Amino acid sequence: MDFLQLKKNCKKDMSALPRYKAALLGDCATQHLATALKGYAYEEGIALELFDADYNQIEAQTLDPASELYAFAPQAVIFCLCTEKLYEAYCECEDRANFAASTHERIRGYWERVNARLHASVLQFTFAETDDNVFGNYALKEETSFYCQVKKLNCLLSDGFRAVKNVYPVDTDGVCRRMGLERFRDPKLYAIAKMPFSMEALPRLAFEAVSVVKALIGRFKKCVILDLDNTLWGGVIGDDGLEGIQIGELGQGHAFSELQRWLKELRKRGVILCVCSKNNEDTAKEPFEKHPEMVLRMEDISLFVANWEDKASNVRYIQKTINIGMDSIVFLDDNPFERNLVRTIEGITVPELPADPAEYLSYLQGLDLFETASFSAADRDRTAQYRAEVGRIRLQEQFTSFDDYLRGLEMVATVRPFEPFQYPRIAQLTQRSNQFNLRTVRYTEAEIEQIASDDRYITRYFMLKDKFGEHGLISVVILEKRERELFVHEWLMSCRVLKRGMEEFIADKIVEIAKENGFEAVIGEYLRTPKNAMVEKLYERLGFADRGDNTFVAETAGYVGHKTYIKE
Amino acid sequence: MERNEIFEKLNEIFRDVFDDESLTVTEETSAADIEDWDSLTHITLISEVEDAFDMKFSMKEVVGMKNVGEMADIIEREA
Repeated sequence: MDFLQLKKNCKKDMSALPRYKAALLGDCATQHLATALKGYAYEEGIALELFDADYNQIEAQTLDPASELYAFAPQAVIFCLCTEKLYEAYCECEDRANFAASTHERIRGYWERVNARLHASVLQFTFAETDDNVFGNYALKEETSFYCQVKKLNCLLSDGFRAVKNVYPVDTDGVCRRMGLERFRDPKLYAIAKMPFSMEALPRLAFEAVSVVKALIGRFKKCVILDLDNTLWGGVIGDDGLEGIQIGELGQGHAFSELQRWLKELRKRGVILCVCSKNNEDTAKEPFEKHPEMVLRMEDISLFVANWEDKASNVRYIQKTINIGMDSIVFLDDNPFERNLVRTIEGITVPELPADPAEYLSYLQGLDLFETASFSAADRDRTAQYRAEVGRIRLQEQFTSFDDYLRGLEMVATVRPFEPFQYPRIAQLTQRSNQFNLRTVRYTEAEIEQIASDDRYITRYFMLKDKFGEHGLISVVILEKRERELFVHEWLMSCRVLKRGMEEFIADKIVEIAKENGFEAVIGEYLRTPKNAMVEKLYERLGFADRGDNTFVAETAGYVGHKTYIKE
Repeated sequence: MERNEIFEKLNEIFRDVFDDESLTVTEETSAADIEDWDSLTHITLISEVEDAFDMKFSMKEVVGMKNVGEMADIIEREA
């Protein structure tokens, strides 16, 4: 993707795309970056409405309550500060040992000003770690060197990203490192136009920033589907047998071990791994169960599909079973035929693996596919949850009556107002739930915290467990007090627990809360998105009356609860 | 590279950068003749020309060139 292509994208019709409002503030010329951002967002199906502030207006725009920035009310504020300007400030600075710390404070100040006036995410570009080569190698030993200070500043910013919940990094330095400094900047462009990035660097920076935006609106990769023979190990298990496949010490095995180690790290980070292989199931599972040098084991795989059906059908089956969007799936296969077949499925990502397995890992890492806007303890348990889900499906197959099945699950729900230790998970759910989401309002952790203590709202989160294990926190409800009515401001639920009475249980709970607090009615609203058709008829199905304007009402008096098999 | 070859290639780049298939540049074409040719697009244009001819303009050349003819002179020297 080159800059000119991105520039042309900006002229295309974006009226059908979901909109995202962002403001770009820099201490350098940002017009080309703005074009690249808009153009890249279009590539990813987002109409980015961008307020690009004038050159070097960060102080004015963040300090003045009547500024264009605040009037624009963006969903994200992007701060792009360049190393060149940083160096100028460094040269003027007397207390160089504290230069990084004082600069960090200044930048934190920008975030705080924005947070005081806007409900927005903040995207902060890191600094390209360039050396002025005044000290040579000794720079790393000398605390007051620019090189030491710029590295330290990035570390301090990283602390800042952890401390201020709604601030997200865009790793400028990572882009610079991958491209090399010579290609990352064009000194002539900075000299004549105050542009700190080369034209070649702009699309890459835009890619990173747009990836962060996508993660913030819930669009990121959640699952990797893996082929086995010559993808996860060298050779063909059906032909070469357990002793003959290359993994670990044997042959080219190290390359495959490294790939498996990386996939396992993704799994620990919350990406679910599935297998899709043309094999007999027993043969395909053997290495996972018996090979001493396999890194991935059966417990790392959420869904294992090995048969002789075509891979496109199997991929569709996996997608349906784990119940996530096709655009959140990555498919890995060494075979070009299978890759092309699976590419016929709309939305799925199919990397063009290099011919040499030694290059699989560096190639995949270079694609930088796995962005996220959150990470919590629940991510580590996700695989176990999906594995338990497969057990539930098997149980379902044994029961002839669905009611018997539900009763046999021995479901127990927990219902609690929002609590601090759950804020990260609640915010994360609001960011990643697309399908069972009535109004698709996204919240940051800081906003969740605020709503929890705002007495205009009643909040509840729901947890569910059954005899196969914990589902964890699976639903979030935010109720807004509107005189005699209680408005369902937010209701989302994990699709993992669909169709087992949980939605009925929650609806009854909402009405019960309304009754207890003296409200006459509960009002629900359905706001359509490309992904939430699943709940279009939810309120009607639950017995709410359609008022015609996408809102639905249930009177608390005379409301009849549903029959469920969920105990509290 | 012959001058007419340079112009042929430049013409292609100009059409691409200004997104205008009817554009034809001559020795005398300057920023005054093309509506979108402002300082920002000039940067884009320079970078596209550099890539296409595998050469680099100096800072002085970027700010000093008066028309496409002068741009072609530099390319002739450098490429």
